Amino acid sequence: MIGRRTFVPWLFLVPGLAVAVAFYLVPFANTLLLSFTDARALGGGQLTGLDNYARLLDDSAFWLALRNTLLYVVVVVPFMVVLPLLLALLVEKELPGIGFFRAVFYSPVVASMVVVGLIWTWMLASDGLVNWVLRTLRVVNEPVGFLTDAQLLLFASMFVTVWKGVGYYMVIYLAALASVPKELHEAAQVDGATPLRRFFSITVPTIRPTMLLIGVLSAIAATKIFAEIYVLSNGSGGPGGQARSLVMYIREVGLGLGGEIGYASAISLVLFLVTIGFSLLFIRASRGEEDVA
Amino acid sequence: MSSPALTPAPTPTVPPIERARRSRPAGRGGPGSRRLAGTVVRYLLLAILFVVLAGPFLWQLSTSLKGATENVFAYPPQLLPARPSLNAYAQVAEVIPVWRYIGNSLAVAVASATANCLFGAMAGYALARMRFRGRKLAYFAFLATIIIPFEVIMVSVFLTVRGMGLVDNLLGVILPTAVTGLSVLLMRNAFLAFPRSIEEAALVDGAGEWRRFWSVAMPSVRGTLTVVAIFSFMFAWDDFLWPLIVLKNPDNFTLTVGIQYLSGTFSRDQRVIAAGTMIAVIPLLAGFFALQKQFFRGVGEGAVKG
Repeated sequence: MIGRRTFVPWLFLVPGLAVAVAFYLVPFANTLLLSFTDARALGGGQLTGLDNYARLLDDSAFWLALRNTLLYVVVVVPFMVVLPLLLALLVEKELPGIGFFRAVFYSPVVASMVVVGLIWTWMLASDGLVNWVLRTLRVVNEPVGFLTDAQLLLFASMFVTVWKGVGYYMVIYLAALASVPKELHEAAQVDGATPLRRFFSITVPTIRPTMLLIGVLSAIAATKIFAEIYVLSNGSGGPGGQARSLVMYIREVGLGLGGEIGYASAISLVLFLVTIGFSLLFIRASRGEEDVA
Repeated sequence: MSSPALTPAPTPTVPPIERARRSRPAGRGGPGSRRLAGTVVRYLLLAILFVVLAGPFLWQLSTSLKGATENVFAYPPQLLPARPSLNAYAQVAEVIPVWRYIGNSLAVAVASATANCLFGAMAGYALARMRFRGRKLAYFAFLATIIIPFEVIMVSVFLTVRGMGLVDNLLGVILPTAVTGLSVLLMRNAFLAFPRSIEEAALVDGAGEWRRFWSVAMPSVRGTLTVVAIFSFMFAWDDFLWPLIVLKNPDNFTLTVGIQYLSGTFSRDQRVIAAGTMIAVIPLLAGFFALQKQFFRGVGEGAVKG
């Protein structure tokens, strides 16, 4: 009997649907459409077929941004899957003061990316603390240009992403580890299995779905990378913009002075395909898991 | 924190592999001493990680407290301020309207949390409890907004916001994430998990749809409402890319954009930048540390239920 007056459900849905339609679905359709036009911030808007996509093929700045983004995923994801797990194993055991350490390890998650980025800009400066430590330990003789070399800037951003993210995934792992059956561990211990052996044959198989999930979540987050590189390079994307990610490039092309909205839309769709690709990979992989189980 | 392939390292005193092996519990000796060794190693690792993860915050705090006559670039670095002063904090307010930025961020975050809770719950309730034509379609519309990354559509969303005359307006910052698909689906699942029988009792009493929603259903999903509120507040408070796109006039910035602006445009004084970041982060960290017990307990409970 609930909702017999047919307009009532829609009254409940109107605010949410209005936002979903006005700020997601219509802009998405619009992005698709605009990618086939030469729309600019001022004027333009003629259909130009596949011109924007053809232009992508010859745009070295686009390929560099795509390469940087994919490199970001490839480097960051393994760290995000493994390091937080080790961290969770370390703080899982109830020791005096462990709550304090858990909270400390989570605190980079609480801080905003801009704050974290500025803190590391100061840490990684040529006269910063990291360079001092490296020089004191005699790892290097000259200060390392973490923020002045495009390649190093990209790796520095990846480091900052991992530094800020480990606490977040640690918490997800803590929840997963709590569901690993204790009896299995005890039985294996009686049988004389080493901790390492137990980790690989009991813990890992149980939390595999979580590892997979974290892999995909961090991969999708990495494809959308922006703030880290932006803040560490003070908005420039490194010398000559060579450390730009796809999102940085989209913003510069579409919302910068040129305002090439049509072309930016085509790049946006490439970004969309990349993220969708990682999601499909996840669905594939989790199906495989079920088949095995 | 290894720097990839720079000048070949002139052999550190202990090679990393050797160090790892040495830090393993001894293995020999009685089970008691082995456990003790294990505990010592655990605390040692915790201490190292403390330095790596909290150290940068503390270094920033120390820098912000250094007096104007101190050399922040001293070599070797001065870990603690020799002449502590709050001067830099006062200067932040002179360089940027920091209180205004905090107010803007608060307004955006509170509005976003409120809208996500209220409208998210309304839509979630309709999807979970009401039968009507087009329900599946509405459900998929919300699902689609989760699948489409905002970064993909931001140029078009900017055109929409510009069309509404909301560029450089906090409303333009709030609207696109005022009701996210995630909030709607979280609320829908919460209502689905809540037994229908209680509501049906209310139905017998002749309560209208709105009253049934507001006085019977809403109080029973308080836990999920809290999660939605915290998530949307934190997301809005920390968001950088979208406010950076929408807000043009430095008077209207939110705190994240304002702090970045502080470091970029004005004052090259590292003390002032450090003080600005501390102003932005200390309230959040204080709030988190006050609530951390509940937070981690919630994580544990979630696992038990799941």
